[in-house]
Amino acid sequence: MRPARGHDGISVMATRTIGSGQVGRSVPRLEGAAKVTGRADYVHNLRLPKMLIGKIFRSTVAHGRIKSIDVSAAKALPGVYRVVTIDDIKAVIPHPFYGPAFHDQPILADGKVHYVGEPVAVVLATDPHIAEEAASLIEADYDELPAVFDEIEAMTSKAVVHDELKPAGTFPDLKHLKGKKDTNIALDFHLRRGDTKKAFAEAEHVFEHTFRSQQVLHVPLEPFVSVAELTETGLTIHTASQSPSFVRIEIARLLGWPENKVRVKVPYLGGGFGAKLYIKLEALVAALALLVQRPVKISLTMEEQFYTLTKHAATFRIKSAVKNGKVTGRDCEVWWNGGAYADIGPRITQKSGFTAPGPYDIENVSIDSYSLYTNLTPAGALRGFGIPQLVWAYESHTDMMARSLKLDPVDFRRNNILRDGRAQATGTAMKDAAIEAVLDRLALRMNMKAPFDRGTGTLKKGRGIAVGFKASISPTTSIAIVNIAADGSVTLYCSTVDMGQGSDTANAQFVAEILNVPAESVKVVHPDTDVTPYDMATLGSRSLYHMGNAVRLAAEDAKAKLAALAREVGVPEGSNVPVAELFQKKYKMQAGNIIGTGSYIPNYVPPDANGLTPDATPFWMVGGTGVEVEVDTETGHVKVTKMINVADVGRPVNPRIVETQLSGAATMQFGFTMQEKIEFDGGQITNASFADYKIPSIVDIPRTMQNEAVESEQGTGPFGAKGVGESGTFGVSPAIANAIEDACGVRLTELPLTAEKIYRALRTAQGKPLED
Amino acid sequence: MRTINFTLNGEQVSAHVAEHQSIVEVLRDRFDLFGARESCAQGLCGCCTVLVDGTAVSGCLYLAAFADGKKVTTIEGLAQNGKLTPIQEAFLEAGAAQCGFCTPGFVLMAGQLLEAHPDPDDDEIRHYLSGNLCRCAAYPEIIAAVKLAAGRLRAGRT
Repeated sequence: MRPARGHDGISVMATRTIGSGQVGRSVPRLEGAAKVTGRADYVHNLRLPKMLIGKIFRSTVAHGRIKSIDVSAAKALPGVYRVVTIDDIKAVIPHPFYGPAFHDQPILADGKVHYVGEPVAVVLATDPHIAEEAASLIEADYDELPAVFDEIEAMTSKAVVHDELKPAGTFPDLKHLKGKKDTNIALDFHLRRGDTKKAFAEAEHVFEHTFRSQQVLHVPLEPFVSVAELTETGLTIHTASQSPSFVRIEIARLLGWPENKVRVKVPYLGGGFGAKLYIKLEALVAALALLVQRPVKISLTMEEQFYTLTKHAATFRIKSAVKNGKVTGRDCEVWWNGGAYADIGPRITQKSGFTAPGPYDIENVSIDSYSLYTNLTPAGALRGFGIPQLVWAYESHTDMMARSLKLDPVDFRRNNILRDGRAQATGTAMKDAAIEAVLDRLALRMNMKAPFDRGTGTLKKGRGIAVGFKASISPTTSIAIVNIAADGSVTLYCSTVDMGQGSDTANAQFVAEILNVPAESVKVVHPDTDVTPYDMATLGSRSLYHMGNAVRLAAEDAKAKLAALAREVGVPEGSNVPVAELFQKKYKMQAGNIIGTGSYIPNYVPPDANGLTPDATPFWMVGGTGVEVEVDTETGHVKVTKMINVADVGRPVNPRIVETQLSGAATMQFGFTMQEKIEFDGGQITNASFADYKIPSIVDIPRTMQNEAVESEQGTGPFGAKGVGESGTFGVSPAIANAIEDACGVRLTELPLTAEKIYRALRTAQGKPLED
Repeated sequence: MRTINFTLNGEQVSAHVAEHQSIVEVLRDRFDLFGARESCAQGLCGCCTVLVDGTAVSGCLYLAAFADGKKVTTIEGLAQNGKLTPIQEAFLEAGAAQCGFCTPGFVLMAGQLLEAHPDPDDDEIRHYLSGNLCRCAAYPEIIAAVKLAAGRLRAGRT
């Protein structure tokens, strides 16, 4: 049931159910009651007998060799159980380096520190206040080294973050970097298609712009938290992680153990957004638990999240050749500020890098995308996996070109839009990507062709749109198990992490649709690597598609086995005998199970030496945003009065949750556009708290916010569905910048779009620039 | 250390607490109540909201010692015998919880709002809930939930 909406809130999305009516229905979240009563299970709630609490002592310099660490005062504090440095860790893990792309990150600083806030030592105590106080008594002495913070400077800097590159070996395109010295480039991806030189030579117009996006933070309201405990069979890690299978494999690798000795359990997450991927605290708590033979819990504070993972700042230089209103060539150079450890940055550099030319049909393209080490907090995935940084640039650029050519921004886009069947930059033919439909619906809902009130006096109004797209990361695997009990009740086992996106509910809907039971009756078992099968991770909007397909296959397998059971016990096909009776007939009592399994990995062809491939991705996500803004030209303040988000999500599995994903993603990107920025002073973060780093509150969001999923089907998706968690982010930043220029004539090329920047630009445009 | 006596979700309880301990720590560590959660630890996000003598406070800043002799209500104290309150029902129906970490704070604060303003407009809702943050940004759904609950509560009173 949908509540009445008296305010001008989010729009009502059409319900399109199919078959048994479970897919396409706004099933309330399965765990909704647990969440509104405060009883949902988070790692935060976990307390184990004899558990010690760890508090981390962190580096105060951006780059330096550790001369000494004095832990004597900390050790002497009554109540302290133990103080641990990397030398202790090495007693249980001799090679304590981890990471998904590079094995570059030590469990605690080893000889060197690479950024301010890097973990150097840990204090263990039963009382967290004592552990915290003791950590503040530790002193470290460093030989400071030259540091580099800017991604462009990192390309040529004499300051080199790592003495030697250590690719993990899992990715073939990183092999050539093994053992490389004197470089900060953690990956360089290059794509060449057609002849851009010729395109530029023959162009009527050439445009070149450079854009920058800033470091921002995920800040899930549940900060990072992990617990490790030894068991009679190995080690159990309870962790707020989006990637339980990765954690198991990586911890097993670090320990030299078989996978089955490491058990990783994940309850609900209090938000993730890409922060809680790969290894964060898991290796540290595992090593500590082994070292002291007691359970160890580490819960980070809000401040410490700033020293754990950020979103990549990026500089993007984009150059386009235009002839007869068509973009005929495009050069893209992107530099990603990866911070001190690679995390998943090299994958962002390539997997998102290849979409840098945007959702346009451009014959001649070159892309150079660089992942850089710098002496800042490591950067990783954040709701969009690099795409919002790219769309920010190419959709600002598109608008600037249209404006300069005096072309309508919608028509200019439509003239160049990438249609199904046409080749994207990689050469992969587009399929099931409703880019034009998203543009059309956006233009229609924004009423872009109609005259527009431009405001009066010092209050100027403007509007803008932007459309972006993303390739789902490939190849990745998901496996699911569906279990039908003897009473007919159904349980799903899968390692997808429900961090608020509603995956439990969506997966239950898939199972319910196939087995013809209410989605609300399906039990979803949370990730527990002893129980739930492998899944690559909950990231990049991949789960609804990949796990959805695995779940669909598992449920179909169970259904086929149920039909076989019916035949076996002599029940004619098509008869309406309850499942419980089938079990009763076979086992003569309430006994037995039917187990269905499903495994899904899409096709994929890795790129060749020119970055080209006929099969880059299993599906494309498309998202666009339109905004209306008011700019106060006396102060530079901007108010976004209206925001419309339109996306291609395939068939909406749960229309209510699709809406919350679109508006939630757009609001997060709205924060990154208008207000959020990690401030650095010589590598030191100066605003690491909610007092100084402001995320959007309920008063900040646009008064009118509407969301729409266009009519679309993903042919290869489960019941026509595809991922939706990130699509709402794509267009937000450039749409607002485009609207600001539309309102007051100034163009900003660096995020965030603060009142100060706008006011300075206005003053400069008036020939009265402000002093710095 | 000192002993405090207070009413917790309708029950008379006592606890031995250190002077520096916050109410949210004591609720979590002594009474296994996890619905009030420390997140920003500065009283700026509202995740740790509890009611003391009927007034919402930031449990991460409110010292446990201050609760002596008072009535403390947490999110766990709202639903009676498994029956959700109208506000909880409305949050559930409107899809106003995504990850759920901030939800208890919003539900408690929405209760305060509807006590003061039984028929709030958008501005009153936004103003009252501006001290609660939701990183999933379920704000439109939260506003819808508050309005839904307000309507039902008013209907129930007449």
